[in-house]
Amino acid sequence: MADWMHPALIVAVTAACTIFTRFFPFLLFGGKRKMPRFVQYLGGVLPAAIIATLVVYCLKDLNFSLYPFGLPQLIAVAVVVALHLWKTNTLISIFGGTAVYMALIHLF
Amino acid sequence: MSKQFADTVKFAFKTSIPVLCGYIFLGIAFGIMLQNAGFSVLWAFIISIVVYAGSMQFVLVNLLSANAPLYTVAVMTLMINSRHLFYGLSFIERFKAMGKRKPYLIFALTDETYSLLSAVTFPEKVNAKTAAFLISLFNQCYWITGSVIGAAAGELIPFDMTGIDFSMTALFTVILIEQIKAAKHKLPVLIGLCSAVLCLLVFGADQFILPSLILTVTVLLLCKPYLLTKTAAKHNAKEGDSNG
Repeated sequence: MADWMHPALIVAVTAACTIFTRFFPFLLFGGKRKMPRFVQYLGGVLPAAIIATLVVYCLKDLNFSLYPFGLPQLIAVAVVVALHLWKTNTLISIFGGTAVYMALIHLF
Repeated sequence: MSKQFADTVKFAFKTSIPVLCGYIFLGIAFGIMLQNAGFSVLWAFIISIVVYAGSMQFVLVNLLSANAPLYTVAVMTLMINSRHLFYGLSFIERFKAMGKRKPYLIFALTDETYSLLSAVTFPEKVNAKTAAFLISLFNQCYWITGSVIGAAAGELIPFDMTGIDFSMTALFTVILIEQIKAAKHKLPVLIGLCSAVLCLLVFGADQFILPSLILTVTVLLLCKPYLLTKTAAKHNAKEGDSNG
């Protein structure tokens, strides 16, 4: 077996499994038949809940018992929230928050 | 090029700019890691085209350098990407009208693209379907570009980029604020937030996302009779101006 074969198979399996997780709900509920009511309902309420989960996911590695106690992230998130409530401009909020974060991790 | 198409391209690009910044730099980080593990630019290019899953690609580098057995690769991928099972649920209805674009839209539904597409409102002058497709396509192009740069020339980048990946956290935060503002009912956000924090405490940082999503869906289904009466009015009102 050539030495690129196994790595290539690893990539192929990763791609296949990733594609499977993305297509599965569409294969299950996306056909011609009418979608169950509960799936229709979830389509409406799930995005907001998932985005909230993703914010927690981004902050999952914060360590509050160890210096700097997750402060750079928490302050930067607060900056993003403040900027967005003030200007309602997505790019300003994201650039502002990221700039503050990059400055803070050098300070702490 | 028609005026509408030009407007659509412009709109899709503008919408995708936050992801542009995040993906270029996360892609570079991935490319550097892959190159350090002994894989060339060509590998970075192919992986970012066929796998295209941010966090999974970082795990993939470890699997590649460990020469992991294929069943381990399959189990790890299914575990880490299981959250995608839930993303699709929100788009089954919307993607129905997408025609030929649908397979690619499903293939390219990463965390970031999911967030953009679930939050975006298309202005009247753009073709909503083409715009959704282009947003997805642009995002993957940024990711491929970043990973190729990282694998080819990562070591040559002259400035310290540590922390630039915070732009993804910032993007999700902004979209969450938009979701909270737009939602008539704040309960789904609260349910998602509480179950994520709870599961993070119980299962730890590496394991919490799947239990959290299962808990979220369960609680949302339990709240269905209550939430449905509240949101029904809003959905009916929106029906008139939705075009895609």
